[in-house]
Amino acid sequence: MGIRAEHEIHTRRRGRNLGVGLLLAGFVVLVMALTFVKITNIDFNDLPGGDIQTQESN
Amino acid sequence: MTDTSTTPAGEYEAQFGDYFALMKPRVMQLVVFTALVGMLAAPNSVHPVVGFASILFVAIGAGASGALNMWWDADIDAIMRRTQGRPIPSGRVQPGEALAIGVALSGMSVVMLGLAANLLAAGMLLFTILFYAVFYSMWLKRATPQNIVIGGAAGAFPPVIGWIIATGSFSVEAWLMFALIFMWTPPHFWALALFMRNDYDDAKVPMLTVTHGRRSTRRHILAYTVLLVILAVGTGFTSIGGPIYLVTAGVLNLLFLIGAFRIWKRDEDDSEADDFRVERKFFRLSLWYLFLHFGAILAEATLRGYGMGGW
Repeated sequence: MGIRAEHEIHTRRRGRNLGVGLLLAGFVVLVMALTFVKITNIDFNDLPGGDIQTQESN
Repeated sequence: MTDTSTTPAGEYEAQFGDYFALMKPRVMQLVVFTALVGMLAAPNSVHPVVGFASILFVAIGAGASGALNMWWDADIDAIMRRTQGRPIPSGRVQPGEALAIGVALSGMSVVMLGLAANLLAAGMLLFTILFYAVFYSMWLKRATPQNIVIGGAAGAFPPVIGWIIATGSFSVEAWLMFALIFMWTPPHFWALALFMRNDYDDAKVPMLTVTHGRRSTRRHILAYTVLLVILAVGTGFTSIGGPIYLVTAGVLNLLFLIGAFRIWKRDEDDSEADDFRVERKFFRLSLWYLFLHFGAILAEATLRGYGMGGW
């Protein structure tokens, strides 16, 4: 018996798998965007030791 | 070769849309809108990406509590005509799947909101999920005719969460928006209970119509509407109100009061004769009522950004 390229279960679950896949991809993009925004908006002077860094640079 | 599927071939396989339906998309729309208004009406600005992500996680949390509600209420949903088509009673989704989705998404949404916004907002979302899924669904709904009144708080928390996302704290304005939804919920659902008359009786859910009778329900609708009108119009004079809000509230509350008065005046024969036309109209108006009040708060907040709006 030859290997079937696609099992019947794949056809049945195509919509579901596609939906979950797209959701996960969207979640990854969202977390990346959030991380980018959080990091670029941090005022490093507010962090513990941030004032030391500022004094050293003066 | 072994088929790993748990569903025999030919039997219905739950699709993505069925799982999405578990999350009560129409309730999610209301949650998204009111939480968004709460966030935008706040005096602090939020980065668009943070704001988008936060509202999304609030919506997912609301959806998760909807899935938990459907899991718990599957037995009565199968009896009531209005809910028979839901994913579990119609056999499209297994109860265990709904429970798993509800628990997993609840945890995910709370943690992610904590990371995206702040811990207070996350704590408030967790409280809202527990309030709706445990306090309302598992206890109140089948125990007391005040189920809708107290349970209405669950639907009223989103604007408070939105406000906390922006400010990191509570405030009077946030609780005014809460009170608006809280007071609106009873007349909205009691009107529904009047024209979906056999559903709650059959499911033995102690709605006011079942425990205190339909005459009493009509009186309650009018009483709550009067209190709601005072609150809604009064909000117009606070810092989230303004001329646009006040005009909108004036018109809507007049219409709402007339509707409640007409419901109070009617008897069952009148209602049966025209298939609950007044009650159905009042229910439809209630949807516009809430949407337009929050729309007006949003309009005032937006204009305030341009030096207009508000008082």
